[in-house]
Amino acid sequence: MVIGALVISLYIFVLAMFVGFEVITKVPPTLHTPLMSGANAISGITIVGALTVAVYGELTAATALGGLAVLFATINVVGGFLVTDRMLRMFGRRDR
Amino acid sequence: MTANEFLGQGAYYIYLISAVLFIFGLKQLSRVRTARRGNNLAAFAMLLAVIGTLLELKFAKGLDIDFRWILAGAIVGGVIGIVAALRVAMTSMPEMVALFNGSGGLASALVAAAVVWDQLILKDGLAPASAASNLGDGGITEAVSIVLSVLIGAVTLTGSVVAFLKLQGRLKKGAPIILPGRHVISLLLIVGAAASGIYFGFVGETADAYATGTIVLALVASILGVLLVIPIGGADMPVVVSLLNSYSGLAACAAGFVINNPLLIIAGSMVGAAGLILTNIMCVAMNRSLLNVLVGGFGVAEGASADHGEYEGVTSCDAEEAAMVLESARSVIVVPGYGLAVAQAQHVVRELADLLEARGTKVQYAIHPVAGRMPGHMNVLLAEANVPYDQLVEMDAINPEFRDTDVAIVLGANDVVNPAANNDPKSPIAGMPILDVEHARTVFVIKRSLSPGYAGIKNELFERDNTMMIFGDAKKVLNGLVNEFKELS
Repeated sequence: MVIGALVISLYIFVLAMFVGFEVITKVPPTLHTPLMSGANAISGITIVGALTVAVYGELTAATALGGLAVLFATINVVGGFLVTDRMLRMFGRRDR
Repeated sequence: MTANEFLGQGAYYIYLISAVLFIFGLKQLSRVRTARRGNNLAAFAMLLAVIGTLLELKFAKGLDIDFRWILAGAIVGGVIGIVAALRVAMTSMPEMVALFNGSGGLASALVAAAVVWDQLILKDGLAPASAASNLGDGGITEAVSIVLSVLIGAVTLTGSVVAFLKLQGRLKKGAPIILPGRHVISLLLIVGAAASGIYFGFVGETADAYATGTIVLALVASILGVLLVIPIGGADMPVVVSLLNSYSGLAACAAGFVINNPLLIIAGSMVGAAGLILTNIMCVAMNRSLLNVLVGGFGVAEGASADHGEYEGVTSCDAEEAAMVLESARSVIVVPGYGLAVAQAQHVVRELADLLEARGTKVQYAIHPVAGRMPGHMNVLLAEANVPYDQLVEMDAINPEFRDTDVAIVLGANDVVNPAANNDPKSPIAGMPILDVEHARTVFVIKRSLSPGYAGIKNELFERDNTMMIFGDAKKVLNGLVNEFKELS
């Protein structure tokens, strides 16, 4: 029997959830806000999906939706990483 | 293997590298020393992901990429993101994260919608059949994933916007909004979402039906998102933002199933798990179950002690008297809360602490896990003012110390120091772990008025004999204290 694409995707999904749980179980409270913000920026990975649906040139409802998806995903990614860095920069100053 | 095949295959290895870097990035983000590097690493992984996607589309799928829409979206979105991130004040971080989160959810919903229009509605010569069968092999999975992506994405969007408004205090000042029969309405909306999803994927057989199903689903999900967050009080917003963060990860993950992209699934589900963990940590800190938070209405609950009753026997003093008490104190614990953030008082509190320390007074900060509007909110603010890290003490470590402390200064905190949590089993916050400031010899509460905190209940701490209220904006009061102190010395 050949394992179907869906089953492989589900394997990836379940295992990645476990990785997520394991990686983030121990976090000092200081980092909760930056971590939340950083994780939020990573959820902007949906930009990959947005690019996939925005590749066509002609203007249709589909490309318009795709272009908007790129726009909002970029806000999430760029804003998210920058704002996280701004917070973390302050912690860095402590070690002067 | 031709060069094109090589680049096409390379895209999938780039995804793999990107996924590994995301894992390392998240891991490093959870340690103070490496956090900044972790963030940079994750940002680099995102760049790799984008490069990998473009390679995959061009060389593995052989598409002729037209960059106009991509560039337009990326430039406009990039500028908005940069400006928003650089201009937001540190005190407004939680709101900003909520908004970014909402835009991520919206993007995931839009991706799914774009696939619907591209693969179904705008496609010529489709047989009159259900969306699932018209999507070809794996059509059932794809239809279900589309529905989930639109549903979760839209709930994330409107939920985040409501959370943003609540954190800004624009929506009834963050108080819970309870609609009559809200559980019934929510249930009906969930049924409605399921019905429109099923209609889109498995019942409707024309382009119009696909469109109707998708649009109705998006609308119902949007209303559901609003309804899920409005009954939750402002004090619980950290939990909500964290949970919505988890949702936006799951929405991205669903989008990954739609376009069959492993990296989206990996990164999306990792963020989903991260959000859940953080949400759980926060619920534990408040001694409440997640269900209890989500059902909402906290602080307007019935119950004998949920009165906003009048205060009796409250003593207040001015900065001069307070400075005299502080002058003879050997140990001081500062308890910061949201009021500190609102008043932007983190720098002046540091100044006062420096003056006290110069006189040999021991100064510490007691950090309640849910003080402020996000976990670690106070840590971020105090770090901005260069408060040494080792002076910030967590709740369990500092609680035994209050008994031997001369002065506790409560700065714009309310519910997290309310003794009712320990003494009054009928109180809505009964059982919530609090900072035991009442045991300090003298307690100064710096607060604008006697108005209740987010839980909407009276705080008997303010009536205690050893409590003195100093009314006013935290920053102004502290400035007054600093000036008095300079005159004394």
